[in-house]
Amino acid sequence: MVRFENVTFEYIRRDEEGNVDSITTALDDLSLNIKKGEFVAILGSNGSGKSTLARHINALLKPTEGKVLIAGIDTADDDDALEIRQRAGMVFQNPDNQIIAETIEEDVAFGPENMGMPTDEMQQRVDEALKRVGLYKKRHESPNRLSGGQKQKVAIAGILAMKPECIIFDEPTAMLDPAGRRMIVETAHELNKKDGITIILITHNMEETVGADRIIVMDKGKIALQGTPRQVFSKGEALKALGTEVPAMTELAQRIGLEGCILTREEFVEAYKKALR
Amino acid sequence: MIRDITIGQYYPSESVIHRLDARIKFIGTIGYVIALFLFDTFWGFLPALFWLGTIIVLSRIPLRFIAKGLKPVLFLLIFLALFNLFLTPGQTIFEWWIFNITDKGLENAGFMALRLMFLVIGSSMMTYTTTPSQLTAGMESIFKPLGVFKVPVHEVAMMMSIALRFIPILLEETDKIMKAQQARGADFESGNIFRRAKALIPVLVPLFVSAFRRAGELAEAMEARCYHGGKGRTKLHPLKMKGRDYVGLALIIGFVVAMGFVP
Repeated sequence: MVRFENVTFEYIRRDEEGNVDSITTALDDLSLNIKKGEFVAILGSNGSGKSTLARHINALLKPTEGKVLIAGIDTADDDDALEIRQRAGMVFQNPDNQIIAETIEEDVAFGPENMGMPTDEMQQRVDEALKRVGLYKKRHESPNRLSGGQKQKVAIAGILAMKPECIIFDEPTAMLDPAGRRMIVETAHELNKKDGITIILITHNMEETVGADRIIVMDKGKIALQGTPRQVFSKGEALKALGTEVPAMTELAQRIGLEGCILTREEFVEAYKKALR
Repeated sequence: MIRDITIGQYYPSESVIHRLDARIKFIGTIGYVIALFLFDTFWGFLPALFWLGTIIVLSRIPLRFIAKGLKPVLFLLIFLALFNLFLTPGQTIFEWWIFNITDKGLENAGFMALRLMFLVIGSSMMTYTTTPSQLTAGMESIFKPLGVFKVPVHEVAMMMSIALRFIPILLEETDKIMKAQQARGADFESGNIFRRAKALIPVLVPLFVSAFRRAGELAEAMEARCYHGGKGRTKLHPLKMKGRDYVGLALIIGFVVAMGFVP
């Protein structure tokens, strides 16, 4: 579904005369393959290249070197950008700065409007998408009155209305309260399981990555570590060196000397009960 | 609450006028304004009053609300009347010190003041009965032919609707910045007007920075959702002319033509 072949991306900063001032390599010879229906979480400290990676997936950025293929389409060609963006939608960090229209319904319709969809089909898709995220009843209201989590759901519905194959979440929970966070991560999992949509979740919050099929840890534009959550979080020391951590439950279990790699509260309780016996 | 402010002067109601196509209301307003300049005797105000009165009654907007709309132009109204009153040459009917009122002046003052009042009330009827987003959609549709002359009609309409959406967000942000600065001892409430204006500069700078940042992020989000200008774009709620809209249009044309015959 998503394929990176030796991708390098450089941010080039120029001074006033247009001379190259500095070059920052955000992605460094990165290769990656994400299968259809996979749930991938991407971790990494600030400046590790996570967001740059995400912006390559829906052709907002194009590689300086190498190739990015989305469902077999090369992102380098401008003519295919719309096709790629319809297949791979993106939810951004700030809920306010990605809502365009004055009513929820019209905002969800923004993508389909851009695709030039006929009105009847559009209305049907908008209704479906809003029902999917549970905001159908509020469709005529202004998005300004929603909570942060609900605004992110509007953004998700806006992408669902385009019938995507893949959704990229770029730190969608960074500005939300705990309830909002849970809501968004649960929605992401549901879309992955029920609709088979490929999910790429970029986050700082370790707990959100636990349910993923695969975790990729980025560092300095490269993939530093990858594997199932259990594989990745059992390497606590390596993770700390990369500026990330392990989930609180995993750390606690390790500190009190429980066996195995514990990821969730439930697992912790199980293992703890076992240890007590 | 700052987020509860209303934008524009929309007065929500379910009247016939409210439900009219925004384009018809726009054309109607223009027609009405033209009609007001077609006559030069007081007789013309009779049909105009009848027309305006019918619209006001149909729109179910309280008269008090409409009268409030005249307040901002009150000064202009008085000025206009006074200038016409004293500076029009003609048969003197009243003289005192340097003031000289003529019959023509009296007539002109009344005529101009009435015309301005009719203009203001008539055009506010459009903004009272149409939501800002309907208005933008209507204007986009009306001015579409100008695209032939490379006028960026869609872009302007998109800018207007985005601006409308961000007004409450930026107001809230202003509020936040002001509170943050008040917490650090800034004073916005005392001093003369210049002092207060100066105190606002440290508020505007971060507000602008944040507005630019938001604009950048919004542009990216729009692009990510396949936005590529107005070409090939469809609408969720396309404007559609219904029976009542055609009736409205016919009435408007009839009114403007009839006004042309007023002596």
